[in-house]
Amino acid sequence: MYFRVIPRLDIKGPNLVKGIHLEGLRVLGKPERFARYYYEHGADELIYMDVVASLYERNGLLDIVRKTSKEIFIPLTVGGGLRTVDDIRVMLQAGADKVSLNTAAIGRPDLIREASRRFGSSTIVVSIEAKKRPDGSYEAYTDNGRVRTGIEVFGWAKRVEELGAGEILLTSIDREGTGQGFNLDLTSRVAQSISIPVIACGGAGRVEDMSTVLTLGKADAVCVASILHYDYIRNNYTEDDYSSEGNIEFLRSGQGFSRIQGAALEEIKTDLAMRNIPCRPIEKMSINA
Amino acid sequence: MPDKRKRVAIIDYGMGNLFSVKNACEHVGLNALITSSAHNILSADAVILPGVGAFGVAIETLQRLDLIKVLIDLAASRKPLFGICLGMQLLMTESLEFGRHAGLGLIPGTVVRFEAPIGIQGALKVPQVCWNRMLKTDGDNDPWAGSLLEGLSNGVFLYFVHSYYVRLEEREIGIAVTKYGDIEFCSALKHDNIFACQSHPERSGPQGLRIYHNFAAALNRI
Repeated sequence: MYFRVIPRLDIKGPNLVKGIHLEGLRVLGKPERFARYYYEHGADELIYMDVVASLYERNGLLDIVRKTSKEIFIPLTVGGGLRTVDDIRVMLQAGADKVSLNTAAIGRPDLIREASRRFGSSTIVVSIEAKKRPDGSYEAYTDNGRVRTGIEVFGWAKRVEELGAGEILLTSIDREGTGQGFNLDLTSRVAQSISIPVIACGGAGRVEDMSTVLTLGKADAVCVASILHYDYIRNNYTEDDYSSEGNIEFLRSGQGFSRIQGAALEEIKTDLAMRNIPCRPIEKMSINA
Repeated sequence: MPDKRKRVAIIDYGMGNLFSVKNACEHVGLNALITSSAHNILSADAVILPGVGAFGVAIETLQRLDLIKVLIDLAASRKPLFGICLGMQLLMTESLEFGRHAGLGLIPGTVVRFEAPIGIQGALKVPQVCWNRMLKTDGDNDPWAGSLLEGLSNGVFLYFVHSYYVRLEEREIGIAVTKYGDIEFCSALKHDNIFACQSHPERSGPQGLRIYHNFAAALNRI
């Protein structure tokens, strides 16, 4: 078993954005450029998440997916605002390999069953956004942690597996964007209660956080955003990458990720290898491939 | 100017993402068409049988589309047939996925499930969703020479997503094995004009694309 390292790219309109805990969204650049860079530097898969997910902007997302899937030959999962089997079909036809469902699955769990029968279980990822309750249990949220559902996370994870989902993308809302490390309690309890793979998301701030969640947290894969984006921006910053939309002042000031130490995929994978945690080694990209 | 690219029919039986396969074909200079028309399939220079999803549903759909005989005829011709993932499993005699289903019967073998939990700690997940190594099968000659795996290094990583794998009756048809927990399964096979692999080369980065490069090079030699 080889563990996966999966960059997550949150998208708003034409831009890659990053949600900072309690602070809102920041624009980082063009998602296609980050995606290509991560592909060339050893990403095992990519996740695109439309964080605004309005119907109005869906065509823009489809264009980004089409472009990405033509030049990037690793699995691409796309989520955000997919409501129906037909929405899923259209996204797969644009070149997504898997789709991630949350709000629509909570509203109508049978969508998971219908979609996994129609497109195959391995195509259907269910995203669970979990927030800790005062009594220590966890509640599932939607809309990037903004909307409560009243649904208890561990029971929901089991149900999602029974309905035919192929994987669970498990995000700790409390940790997301904080850089304080993954929620090991949440991740290990979900991962040990089901037999499908769990992708841990939310909270990675340092390279060492990956090995911790893959061992103590029992996750099968890690999803990383800020650490990689920060490293990319540090090494590739050019003024014209950034559109006028959103708050980019923090980029100009060179601040905004105080708790997060930027690191490249290579550093993450080297660290895992040193700790004897198996993962696909990074290969040299040949020009014509 | 007429399109001189070799034409590849990617068989569409309604499941999974065929667009990654098409993109990979076009990346290596092939003219790829996603189709369920017998005419298109038989007039192409080569055929890819892809697939993600359930075996029984796939066979039923191929029956409904009248493509079973087309595929059997195709295999009997000299045209290259390339099976990917479920497309490899469909070549077998039968599958034990949700009951017992007859396959295309082009390769003697059975499709069986990873029995969870597997591995020493019983901690491995089913489906296997990860990159994993393809290893050469034992033998005096290089089993990958002259196959679509030619030029790849032994132990190359490719991307796998599956709960089932094939168990061949004739071991020598298998040219690569992969280990998941304590199970070693056939991850690529070659038999006359048929090549198939359990992984997804179109989602396996530059090494996966080399398989498509080899496919295109073989077609351009015909």
